[in-house]
This record gives sequence, structure tokens and C-alpha cells, in this order.
Amino acid sequence: MSGYIEGVLVLLAINVVYAYAAYLPVAAGQLNLGIAGFAAIGGYSSAYISNTFGMPPLLSIAVGGAVAGAIGLAVAFPVLRTRGIYLALATFALGEIVRASILNLEVVGGAAGYPVTAFIRFPTVAAVALGVTILVWLLFATRFGIAITAVHDDERVADLMGLDVRAFQVAAFTIGSAIAGIGGGLYAHHFSYVEAQYFSISLSISIVLYVLFGGTQSVLGPLLGAIVFTLLPELLRGSAQWRYVLFAAILIVVMVVRPQGLVTGAQVRRLLGLRSKEQAA
Amino acid sequence: MTGSEPLLTFENVSKHFGGLSVIENLSFSVRRGSCTGLIGPNGAGKTTVFNLITGVYPIDGGRILLDSADISKIPSRRRIHQGIARNFQNIRLMPHLSALENVLVGQHCRNSGFFGVLQPVNLWPGNRWREEARAALNDAGLGQYERTTVGSLPYGLQKRIELVRALMAQPRLLLLDEPAAGLNPSETEALRERITAICRDRGITLLVVEHDMPFVGALCAEVVVLNFGRKIAEGTPDQVREDPLVREAYLGSDADELQEQRHAS
Repeated sequence: MSGYIEGVLVLLAINVVYAYAAYLPVAAGQLNLGIAGFAAIGGYSSAYISNTFGMPPLLSIAVGGAVAGAIGLAVAFPVLRTRGIYLALATFALGEIVRASILNLEVVGGAAGYPVTAFIRFPTVAAVALGVTILVWLLFATRFGIAITAVHDDERVADLMGLDVRAFQVAAFTIGSAIAGIGGGLYAHHFSYVEAQYFSISLSISIVLYVLFGGTQSVLGPLLGAIVFTLLPELLRGSAQWRYVLFAAILIVVMVVRPQGLVTGAQVRRLLGLRSKEQAA
Repeated sequence: MTGSEPLLTFENVSKHFGGLSVIENLSFSVRRGSCTGLIGPNGAGKTTVFNLITGVYPIDGGRILLDSADISKIPSRRRIHQGIARNFQNIRLMPHLSALENVLVGQHCRNSGFFGVLQPVNLWPGNRWREEARAALNDAGLGQYERTTVGSLPYGLQKRIELVRALMAQPRLLLLDEPAAGLNPSETEALRERITAICRDRGITLLVVEHDMPFVGALCAEVVVLNFGRKIAEGTPDQVREDPLVREAYLGSDADELQEQRHAS
């Protein structure tokens, strides 16, 4: 495999992880614009642990995910008191606070960035991305996945049905934060270097776009969104400086034609051969 | 089985929204195993009564008793665990879930612990909770729609799915808010037969809000009539039908004067 293709596939795998990090809160009705902040927490903490304690990279990445998840759990309670645009602004501010804090944290290199000695190759990154994908798919095949969608669709009725709406919202935010931390850890250990500038608001917005573009109603949506957002700019590389213009134009057209995203829940049911008798008739 | 003791009791319950009194010193009871109708003109406070029973709104005065236990302070999320389930005047299914998944939501109160939440209900067909939900849909004649996203189903089917969802909680008290609204006469008759059979077979106590008086008369042994948040009559459907206060409330004459005369006598 050429270095170029391997590089693109590594980016795709990391973007898939990021997409699932954003998918969980979005599926519960939360627009989390602080995903990059949690990715930074996971990336830096896993890098620090593997550099300082010589912990194996995979274990460091798992610990980084746990640290991001723990911080996500701690901030979920106050942050999720806000809704809609205010929640988006609060999570955006959270991401910026994390980035600004890292910029001034000399122990991890501050503005100069932080080299990571341990290295993971493409197969490891791909295996972790596959593992995250399977875990999220399994999670959404449980009552948890139905409950998250119910909370998204109608909080009041979900509450009257006995669902602990707050607990499900916090769980979605926390698990999403942990997955973002794992994505940050993969990035740090593959590229052997992390810097605060990478974890900016534009990364958070791109990640949320993967989900909105792919579709928020099914677990397949984030995967498709991440694939399109990673591969389409590469496929348009032949058109030199126009490629991002073309990329943006394609995105706008698709979002106008399919505001619900590339794939919906009903389509996934049909794809899985679960078409109802009524529809099949 | 209809008993003489009440399952649900309203004791001088009041509710205000700002300066507007929507329920005023309301007292009535629903006997265990009975089908009771709650009727009144638009804006009488019927749906508000349901919202008070299910905890959507806190009460401002009085008590609500279920089986002699005060449930007024129990959070709305926990009321379904007390055996209270309901449908909604305007259908409120989860539009992005399939019919089967909506029914699975109705089971949540019976399967809500940590391991309950992680039940793989959508992973393989043999799951017991999934099979129970499928059987309930089949019993209601809705089996063919189980994997259809409910947002794409017609109104009548959505209403039936909402009833199945409420029944999945295995309630003691079922609150139905205008279950016959929008149905044609044959559908209404089928619904009445189904509700009667369900309540009889499962020992469910029913409180139903409905504008269709023949439906209420055929379904309910007792009726409570509200107007402007106050009880103006109660009794059998025939008794309330003949009540001058009820007639005036519906036909729009001077109900207040009649009520004062009644209190004076």
C-alpha cells in the first residue's frame, strides 16, 4: 500500500471515530461543538501517559478515552442544563477553554506542540476504528439506542414512559466524549505529534457535519458522512485549487436535496432486508 | 372485576396557570376495574386532569390518591411505575422509530435497570422483550407495520400503535384522551370493543376523555362532567345526559345560574 493511500485511510479511520463521537450526542438531540476539545484531552493525556510511564500505546489511548469521558461526565451536568443554540455555544466555549489551556500547559509543550514517542501503524488505527464502530452499532441495537432516539424525538413523552431523560442525555454526552478522546489518542500516536491548533473549532464543525451529512437517524449515517468528507476532497484532487469549491458545491447540493442526510432509519431497515410486508406488497 | 373501592381519587385538587384557574377544588373518584368517562366542553380542563394525574403539571392544592397512596409528589417519570399509562390527544409517538420500537419504549418501565437498558432488543429476533412487543402488535392487527417508521403511517394506525404502547406498561390505570377522535363509525365501534375486552381481561381501570357521547355511553358505566375546571355533574351516562347543568354547559346557556340554584337547593 502506498504511503499516500495509507495516509488517507488513517485519516478516514480517525474521522470515523470522531464521527461516532459526535453521533451519540446528536442522536440524543445535543449539538456538541466541543468534540475537538475532548479529542484534545484524549490525545494529550494518552500521549503524556505513554511518554511518561512507557505505557503501551493501545492502553494509553484507552486511558485517554477514559479521561476524556470522565471530564465529559463532569461537565455534562452543568452544560446539559442549556439547550439548542445555547448548548452549542456552551460546548464551543468548552472546546476553546481546553485548547487555550493546552496552549499554556508547558508540561505538554504549550504552543510548540508535544512529540509522542510511541507509534501505531495503520492496521492498529483501523482495528480501533472498527472496534468503536461495532461497539456503537451494538449499543444502538439495545434498548439504549431506542431510548436515545425517544429522548431526541419527544423528551416529555420519554419521561412519561419512565425513561430517565437526564441520565440518557448525560450518558450520550459522556460516551461521545470518551470516543472523541480515543480518536485524539489515535491521532497523537499515529502522527507522533500533537498541537493545540489541530483541535480547533473547525475540527468540531467538520465532525458534526460528517454526522449531519451522513444522517442522524441511523448508525450508518456517521460512517457514510466520514467516508464522503474524507475521500471526496481526495478524489477531487485533480482539479487543483478548485477542489474545495467543487467539494462545497457538492455538499450544498446534497444537503438541499437530502436535508435528512444521506441515509435514514427507514432506508437502513430496507437495506438490512427488514422491509415491512406492507411496503413489500 | 369492578370493585366498590376507588383506585383513583381526586381530593379538592386545584391547578392555576398564573392568574388563570384551570382546575378548581375538583373531587371525584374512579372505582377499581370501572370504565369512567371524563367529559365536558372544550377548555373544561379534561386533558389538564390527565396531565395532573401523570405529573406533567404539579398540583397547586389538594391530593391525588392512587390506591389510597398520595402520588401528588411523585415525579412524572415514576408515575408509570405506579401503574399509570396514557395516550395523548394529539398523537405523540416517536416519529423516527419504527412501530415495534415505539412499542418497545412502552416496556421501558418494566425493564429499566442497567442490564435492562442494555437488552439487545434490536439485535436478534428471539429476544423475549422484542417477541412480547411483536405479539402485542400482532394482537392489535398491526403486525405488518412493525418495521415501518411511524411518522409515515396514517393517523388511525398511529392511534392504535399509541394504545399498544400504553398497554405495554401493564398499567392498573389507563388514561385515554380522545381515543375515538378522527375514527369513522366502524373504527370507533371496533375500538370500543377492543378497549372493553382489554380492560375486562386485564383488570385495567379506565378513565377516558371523549367527545363522542354514544361512544362514552356504550363504554363507560360512570361519567364525570367538567366545565371551566369544576365538576358540574357525575353519574351514569343517562343521568348526566338528563342533567340540566350539563345540557346548558354544552348548549351554551346560563350554566352559572343553574349551578347557583343547585347549590342553594
